[in-house]
Amino acid sequence: MSATETQASPVHQTVRTPDPNAHPARLKADAVSVFYGEKQALFDVSIDLPEKSVSAFIGPSGCGKSTFLRCINRMNDTIEGARVAGKITLDDHNLYDQSLDVVELRARIGMVFQKPNPFPKSIFENVAYGPKIHGLARSKADLEEIVITSLQKAGLFEEVKDRLHQPGTGLSGGQQQRLCIARAIAVGPEVILMDEPCSALDPIATAIIEELIDELRSNYTIIIVTHSMQQAARVSQKTAFFHLGKLIEEGPTEEIFTNPREKRTQDYITGRIG
Amino acid sequence: MPGSNEHIVSSYEEELTELARTISEMGGLVEKAVANATEALIRSDAELALTTVADDKKIDAMQNQIDEMAVSIIARRQPVALDLRLVIASIHVANDLERIGDMAKSTARRSTQFEGIAMSVQFKNGLRHMGELVQRQVRLALDAFTGRDKDIAVEVVERDTDVDALYVSLFRELLTYMMEDPRNITMCTHLLFCGKNLERVGDHATNIAEQAYFLATGKTLVADIGDLKREQIKS
Repeated sequence: MSATETQASPVHQTVRTPDPNAHPARLKADAVSVFYGEKQALFDVSIDLPEKSVSAFIGPSGCGKSTFLRCINRMNDTIEGARVAGKITLDDHNLYDQSLDVVELRARIGMVFQKPNPFPKSIFENVAYGPKIHGLARSKADLEEIVITSLQKAGLFEEVKDRLHQPGTGLSGGQQQRLCIARAIAVGPEVILMDEPCSALDPIATAIIEELIDELRSNYTIIIVTHSMQQAARVSQKTAFFHLGKLIEEGPTEEIFTNPREKRTQDYITGRIG
Repeated sequence: MPGSNEHIVSSYEEELTELARTISEMGGLVEKAVANATEALIRSDAELALTTVADDKKIDAMQNQIDEMAVSIIARRQPVALDLRLVIASIHVANDLERIGDMAKSTARRSTQFEGIAMSVQFKNGLRHMGELVQRQVRLALDAFTGRDKDIAVEVVERDTDVDALYVSLFRELLTYMMEDPRNITMCTHLLFCGKNLERVGDHATNIAEQAYFLATGKTLVADIGDLKREQIKS
C-alpha cells in the first residue's frame, strides 16, 4: 500500500450486484474523481457500462450523477477550474489521453440535454450539421440518406417528412427532443448520454422518448441521468445510485428497485429521508 | 438491512403503517377463529361454533379492505423495494388468512353436526394436539411477518412437517377406530375432515411465513431453504 493510500480516509466501497445477463462493457470508469477548484465533487467512481443496454444514474440533486455523466464526453473540460482524476476508457482507450481529439470523441459519445436545444436552423440542417462537419457524407444524396435514417431511428421522420426545411424550433417539445436525439445519432456515435431528457416533457412525449430509448438500446450504450425513479426503473437495465459524490450501489435495475442492498439506496428510492 | 427511516411524505407512511396494522388485526381475528373452532370441536360447544361461523364474515370483509388498501397504494404511490414487498406480501397474507378463516369456519360448522352422536373422548385427543400446534404456527407466522423476522419464518416453514406428520398419525388412528367398530365411521369421518382442515391451516401458516421471509429479505424462502439444507448437510 502506498503512503498516499494509508493517509486517505477509509476507502468508500460501492455495493455491487453483478448481472450475469449483462452485455459486455466497452465503456468503463476507473476511480474517477472530479474537483471543482478545491472542492471534490466526485469520489473514486468505478463502474462498467454495458453496451446495447441502458444504464441509469439516480440520486438526489448534487449527488454527482450529472458531473459523472459529463466526464464521459469530457464536458467538464469546459468548466473553469474543473479537474478530473482517474480513468474512463472506451474500448480500452483512455478518453483523457492528451492525444485524443475531443471533437471526435464527442461524435463517438453523443449527448442529449435536459431542455431540447435544436439549432435555430431547419429540421434538415439540425441533423445534417454533424455529419457535415465530421465529413461523414460524400455527396448530397449521402447526406440526405443520413438525415432521413437518423430521423427514422429517432422516430420523428413520419411526423416531419413534409416540413424538413422548416425551423426545428417550431416543433413541439417532445419532437424537438427527438430531433436532438436524431442529431446525436447522425454522427454515428457508440454511446449516447442523456441528461434528464424528459424532464421538460409531458407524459405522452415522455412515453414516446422512453419507447425510443428502448429501441435505440439494441445499437448503443445508453446512459441516462434522471430524477424520475420510475423512469429509471422503466427504461434501464442497470441502475447506479449516487449520493454525496459517491457511487453507493450499482446493479441490475430490477434488483435495485425490488431489493436494494444498501440502506441509503432503499431510503432514496422509497422516498425516505437518507 | 437496519430499520428504515420514515417517508418524506407522511401520508404515505401512514398508509403503509395502516396496511401493516390491518394485517395484524386480521391476524388476531383469524388466530381467535382457529382457537374457537378447535375449542368448539373439542368441547362440543355449539354456541361457540355458531359464533365462530358468524365471525368469519368480519374476516372476509377485512381481506377486501386490505386488497383495496394495497391497490390504492400501488396506484397512487408506486411503491418500490421494501414498501412494494410489504404491499404485495400483504395481499398474499390477507388471502391466506382468509383461507384459514374458512378452515376454522368449516371446522366449527362440522362440530355442530355430531351433536348427540356418542363417542369416546380419546377420539379427539389427536385433534386437540393438532389444534394447539397449528395455532402456534399461525401465531409465529404472524409474528415473523409483523417483526420482519426471517429466522422465525424459517422455523415455521420447517415445523410444518410436524403438522403433516401429526395429520398422518391422526388419519391412522381414526382409521383404526373405524375398523374397530363401524358405528364410529360417521364420527371419525367428521373428525378426519376437521383434521384435514387443521392441516390446511398449517399450510397457510407456512405460506404466511414465506411471505414474511420475502418481506424481510427480498428473496423467496423456497430457493433459500434449498441452500440452508445443503449447508446443514455439509456441516
